[in-house]
Amino acid sequence: MNYDEEDVEELVNGILSGNRRALARAITYVENDYPVGREILRRIHKRTGKAHIVGLTGFPGVGKSTIVSKLTLEFRKRGKTVGIVAVDPGSPFTGGALLGDRLRMDGFDANKNLWVDSGVFFRSMSSRGRAGGLAARTGDVVRLMDAYGFDIIFVETVGAGQSEVDIVEVADTSIVILMPEVGDDVQINKAGILEIGDIYVVNKADLEGADKTVDWLKAMLEMNEEFAKQVQLTHARGGKLVSGKVFNSKTNGWKPPIIKTIAEKGEGIKELADAIEKHYKYLKESCMLKEKREMRIKRELFELIMEEVKRVVSSKMDYNEIIQRILNNEIDPHTAAEEIVRRLMGA
Amino acid sequence: MAEKKIRVLIAKVGLDGHDRGAKVVARFLRDAGFEVIYTGLHRTPEEVARAAVDEDVDVVGISLLSGAHMTLVPKVIKYIREFGGNPDEMLILVGGIIPTDDVPELKKIGVDEVFIPGTPIEKIVNYIKENVPKKKKSTKAKVNE
Repeated sequence: MNYDEEDVEELVNGILSGNRRALARAITYVENDYPVGREILRRIHKRTGKAHIVGLTGFPGVGKSTIVSKLTLEFRKRGKTVGIVAVDPGSPFTGGALLGDRLRMDGFDANKNLWVDSGVFFRSMSSRGRAGGLAARTGDVVRLMDAYGFDIIFVETVGAGQSEVDIVEVADTSIVILMPEVGDDVQINKAGILEIGDIYVVNKADLEGADKTVDWLKAMLEMNEEFAKQVQLTHARGGKLVSGKVFNSKTNGWKPPIIKTIAEKGEGIKELADAIEKHYKYLKESCMLKEKREMRIKRELFELIMEEVKRVVSSKMDYNEIIQRILNNEIDPHTAAEEIVRRLMGA
Repeated sequence: MAEKKIRVLIAKVGLDGHDRGAKVVARFLRDAGFEVIYTGLHRTPEEVARAAVDEDVDVVGISLLSGAHMTLVPKVIKYIREFGGNPDEMLILVGGIIPTDDVPELKKIGVDEVFIPGTPIEKIVNYIKENVPKKKKSTKAKVNE
């Protein structure tokens, strides 16, 4: 792995001393998997872990970017610096992407312009065809911003919301945003979003049906809570069901609030910001922060191990012969994969 | 190592409220495989420059139909430098209603190319593909502000 020592040093020192140009360039290197990027991550790692990472997810058009923009303004008023990573879909076919979250950054008021505020750093990222709502390197980009020293980092996912739950792998606090008439209770009840929210937002609350959506949501979340209790009971009785406590913080004493907002007008934003701060406080006081981060590190580690194994296999092994054997019905894919891993470990 | 994706900022500066052209260009550049960031309307030169630096783009495309290009474009370039960026590493492109007489002056202050209405989109795509590698970032990161 080749990198220029001077480059790395300059960028690492730049990031740690608050040079945003260095941060911007380091993000590019990390996003593109350059060896320089990897070395920078190695060196800044001990300076990470201080920021409160807040993820926002929801269907396309519910107002994620607008909420991020208003929240940024609110937290700037509260004296916090804010980093933002906004992920938009990249085409798996052409590799191209239209990154349009930045244009919603209209959180102006009389004396703050978020576009040029030095306490705000906004970065658009393409998912580059990856499913799950985030880009492969989103977590690493967050780490760079963390080392740079932002107090809060917002991570906005691709507009999604049924199974795009990767956000929990990055965020300390996950916010799920809905709006009136996004679908009935069955839509909302599908696996995914109802299991990940620490805070729920019903945006565009001035539209008809807002209260109905809140009611549905409330009912669904109560059902979750009931289920979680039963799962814990089963668990306590020695049953095999494992409690989903890490992704279901309710079981540990946090009841996800439902907040109505009209983000365009800034309504409900203060309440949302309060809830975010309250959740962070809860995480810290209940040791959940450590637990959540441990879980996250484990997932990330395994993902990286997979990547590394794939890299080693594809660069060092003649897997073509194995593919032919599978093709000729001499061996099945599961056995073949096991054999490859066994060979790897022997090597 | 993944291939470095070309990042393009498409910016509307000033009071001009027409963005059909900018949006069409953004869409085509996306289909050509670039990562395109669109700023939306009515940005100030400072805002555009900040976005160009923070997003670490390879190309800054400024769209103007208002006739204010001789005032606004130099300001964008000036602010990029002020915010620690290096406009010489970026392709600076201007699109819109630009009188041919102004083109040499724009190029003198650092604009790489001017595209007027009617330019075939492939011409812009090819220009970017050809010229971004020539602007190859200096091996040193040069981040000192």
